[in-house]
Amino acid sequence: MPNRSFFWFFFPAGLAMILFIGLPIISTGIQSFYAQHDQILIEVKKCDPFGCKTSVVVDQEATSKIKEDKPLGKFNGFGTYIDRNHLASEQVLEFWNESKSVGEFVGKVGNLPFYKALVFTLTYCVIVTPCVLFLGFIIALSLNAISRKIRGPLIFGTILPMIVTPLVGSLVLFWMIDAEGIIGANLQILMDDPYLSVKSSKALTWITIIIYGVWHHSPFAFVVFYAALQTVPQEPLEASIIDGASRFQRVKHIVLPHIYPVVTFVALISLMDNFRVFEPIIGFSAEGSAQSLSWLIYDNLVNEEVILFGSAAATSIMTIVGISIILTPVLLRTWKEFRTNR
Amino acid sequence: MDFGLDRKSNSLKTFNTIFIVIWLLLACFPFIWTFWGSFKVRADFFSRADWWYAITAFNTLIETGARFTKEAYSGAWFEGEFWKASRNTVIVTISVVSISLFLGTLGAYALSRSTKNYAFWILIIALIFRAMPHITLVSGYLFPFFQLQIWGILPTTIVVLVAINQPFTLWLLYSFFKTVPKELDESALIDGCSYFQAFRHIIMPVMWPGVITAGLFSLMLAYNDFTVTALLLNQENHTMVPKIQSYLGTNQHEGNLMWAVSAVVSATAPLFLLVMFFQRQVISGLTAGAIKG
Repeated sequence: MPNRSFFWFFFPAGLAMILFIGLPIISTGIQSFYAQHDQILIEVKKCDPFGCKTSVVVDQEATSKIKEDKPLGKFNGFGTYIDRNHLASEQVLEFWNESKSVGEFVGKVGNLPFYKALVFTLTYCVIVTPCVLFLGFIIALSLNAISRKIRGPLIFGTILPMIVTPLVGSLVLFWMIDAEGIIGANLQILMDDPYLSVKSSKALTWITIIIYGVWHHSPFAFVVFYAALQTVPQEPLEASIIDGASRFQRVKHIVLPHIYPVVTFVALISLMDNFRVFEPIIGFSAEGSAQSLSWLIYDNLVNEEVILFGSAAATSIMTIVGISIILTPVLLRTWKEFRTNR
Repeated sequence: MDFGLDRKSNSLKTFNTIFIVIWLLLACFPFIWTFWGSFKVRADFFSRADWWYAITAFNTLIETGARFTKEAYSGAWFEGEFWKASRNTVIVTISVVSISLFLGTLGAYALSRSTKNYAFWILIIALIFRAMPHITLVSGYLFPFFQLQIWGILPTTIVVLVAINQPFTLWLLYSFFKTVPKELDESALIDGCSYFQAFRHIIMPVMWPGVITAGLFSLMLAYNDFTVTALLLNQENHTMVPKIQSYLGTNQHEGNLMWAVSAVVSATAPLFLLVMFFQRQVISGLTAGAIKG
């Protein structure tokens, strides 16, 4: 296709992506170097018959004027990146000098907001992704062995958790798991602890969100694996049966190698999706004990008094850096393939 | 994988059936339970006394005189103005699907017919854009949108959702157009058609299976979106998902949990029906990138 026609065909889609994905990333980058203005304080002298007092008040007029002049806020350089709510370089150094053991240091750093969110996000990714791959594969194998006639409805039932939005999915589970819900109430009876509730314990909250993640993402892995299983060639399988291979050996030596490229695809997609975990935290109202990077950004953006654009932007940029690190190996491989194919 | 050689033992079959039944219970029961509970009063579905009330409808009988009540639905739809939210959702969904399919088919067709290097790079960039968490993009939008005073209204959200949706639509339709033989439109070009004419008369009649799949995914994204709609729309223009969240209540004001329950059911039902009818397309769309790529 000549460049000219290509341009006109691609122009609308390209423009939309540049305007609303490319520019926002740049805008986020710029915002991250600014912070909201400090309030301008003035000293006011108040005199009454008993003497004069000076007090410090906010100069509303000047504050709103400077806000109007420079709506972006004051230039802060990398200040936002290294403040207490982000990388917290000062605090980390201080903890490093103070702490007697590495364990103490890690514990202290883990309590800083950014690191807390990072730890949760990574834990979620690292546990959920392999579980999703495993469970999805098992369900695919298992459904594949069931009579073709009833597979349709079974597949429909299996993909339900995936098609609802994460907020709805987590709410539906939360209402069952909550102390007043069916599972929560039965757990209380079972454990003989009337005060047991998911919300009150940090470990339980984390486990719940992770279980939710596996529940929500496994159907996706299932669908892809199931489709891949349909393409496994039959001859090698038959040959291996004649040679006396067990079911497990067949899966390990024939099925898995055949669908290996698909496994990497699913792993990559679920890793990307898991890294942005956010809605379940709202659905489970788990803000108290579990925060993710995306949730930190959301929290800054819905701040009651002033929207913390700078702070949200700085976290966003660091999230984007994190995503890029995850994506790099894939991009490098694609680039190599492209080079060799040329 | 059913062939004569592979005989499954009975115990394996039983084990397999049990596993599938358990998984299906896990996958479907929460929805069935929520659907059941949405016809009860709060004291039953969120019972402090005994969870069994949710089944026997103890309080529902006392409060309304029947075992099932539509109170939660009428409350949410009229008092809670869920009708407005669902109207907004319909507007947003239809606009997003039609615009993003229009842009996506043109763009993806061009990508699939181009042999240049830049086509490859555009696809890679689209992949990177696909990986961006939506909330990071939203944090980029908010400030400029406030300045331009286009925050809070539906058209802005529609355009943003179209753009966010573009990378995935492009990839999906790109892999679809790759399966449409090049010879079809090449012969039209030789006969003197321009690229636009070839697209209009040769490609458009055969592209509908791919377009339906891509449309379904745009629809699910627009319908299900929370991050963009919650932050870019004002209270008045909220779509269903942020509306559900607002029923949950915050520290400042108490929500109405039963409204949220019935709203969840109302929002989920159309989606389930849709997927039931278009199951084949959904599955083919999910696997398109994986199997061919």
